[in-house]
Amino acid sequence: MPAPLSRNGNDVNSNTATTATAKPATKTIALTPAAMPAHWRDFYALTKPGVIRLVVFTGLCGLLAAPGAIHPVIGFTAILSIAMAAGGAAVLNQWWEADLDKLMKRTVRRPIPAGRIRPDDARDFGMMLCGFSVLIMGLAVGYLAAAILAFSIVYYAVIYTIWLKPRTPQNIVIGGGAGAFPPLIGWIAVTGEITMMPVLLFAIIFMWTPPHFWALALFVKPDYAAAGIPMMPNVAGEKSTRYQILAYSVVLFLTTLAPVAIGGAGMIYGFAAALLSGVFVLLSIPVALRLPTQDDVLKPEKRLFAFSIVYLFALFAALVVDRMVLA
Amino acid sequence: MTPDEEAEFKARRKSRNLVFALILFGFVALIYAITVVRVTD
Repeated sequence: MPAPLSRNGNDVNSNTATTATAKPATKTIALTPAAMPAHWRDFYALTKPGVIRLVVFTGLCGLLAAPGAIHPVIGFTAILSIAMAAGGAAVLNQWWEADLDKLMKRTVRRPIPAGRIRPDDARDFGMMLCGFSVLIMGLAVGYLAAAILAFSIVYYAVIYTIWLKPRTPQNIVIGGGAGAFPPLIGWIAVTGEITMMPVLLFAIIFMWTPPHFWALALFVKPDYAAAGIPMMPNVAGEKSTRYQILAYSVVLFLTTLAPVAIGGAGMIYGFAAALLSGVFVLLSIPVALRLPTQDDVLKPEKRLFAFSIVYLFALFAALVVDRMVLA
Repeated sequence: MTPDEEAEFKARRKSRNLVFALILFGFVALIYAITVVRVTD
């Protein structure tokens, strides 16, 4: 049986092994390497398929809502590149955070902390996915789209995962930009230029991310606390987080109406945005105005989190329907 | 390695090889399709 490995694949028992430091995010915990070769399903799980679905969907909506036409093969390649980049960045995120994932109930069964994939294999897999995604995007679609795709990978894997997440409770606010790139890239794949409309699509996901993640953080608060990740509820307190959820929901409401105001979307989208964002704000109100009692099941928080996922799918679908009807 | 472990080892290796082959085939087909589109555009 090989010796336990650190995140970077070092033998933790050797003199060269990384030792635990004061900062939780850089703490090193022995990871048992997989005795068996990893199953391909574990590699697939490492790419966070659930997140990829949302990324692909918003990227596809950006591509379909953009003015102009794109050859289906090139369009497919653009979406595939976005999916590969998102998957690769997710793999690198899990490689870097494997020791933290081992401390949280929600993440302890992921392939690396569970010992089903060696950290080095995960890192190589993630780098390969990211590299190929940018290369294919650049060669087949365009250099601007490829450059933004590369930046989005660095934004998520380095700026968010390594720099922001372990250091500031604003990690989700700024890091939300990472998930906001797909519709922007999808749009640019068609038009080849950055205009106001794709920037607004970016802004919508940017504003959606904090209430979405903080609703989750409220009901997995002990998990984040155990891992030492400074999520808003653990740092600023629940009351402040709840008010901020409502504040961001109101800003999100206004942001989603901006495409109609600048003439980038029609009434179908406008009606859907007003309705969906209105429900979002309504669901945020009970979250903002309550403090849970002991043994509280946190139903309003879970309801807001679940709705926020459906919300984003429905909002971007409405944008595409609006564009197709108008076209 | 027990016989069961060896069987599991081989099954995993086989399934990984199969998936890798499919991905390679898909990649070649994609590059071919992109080339055709770019040349005919």
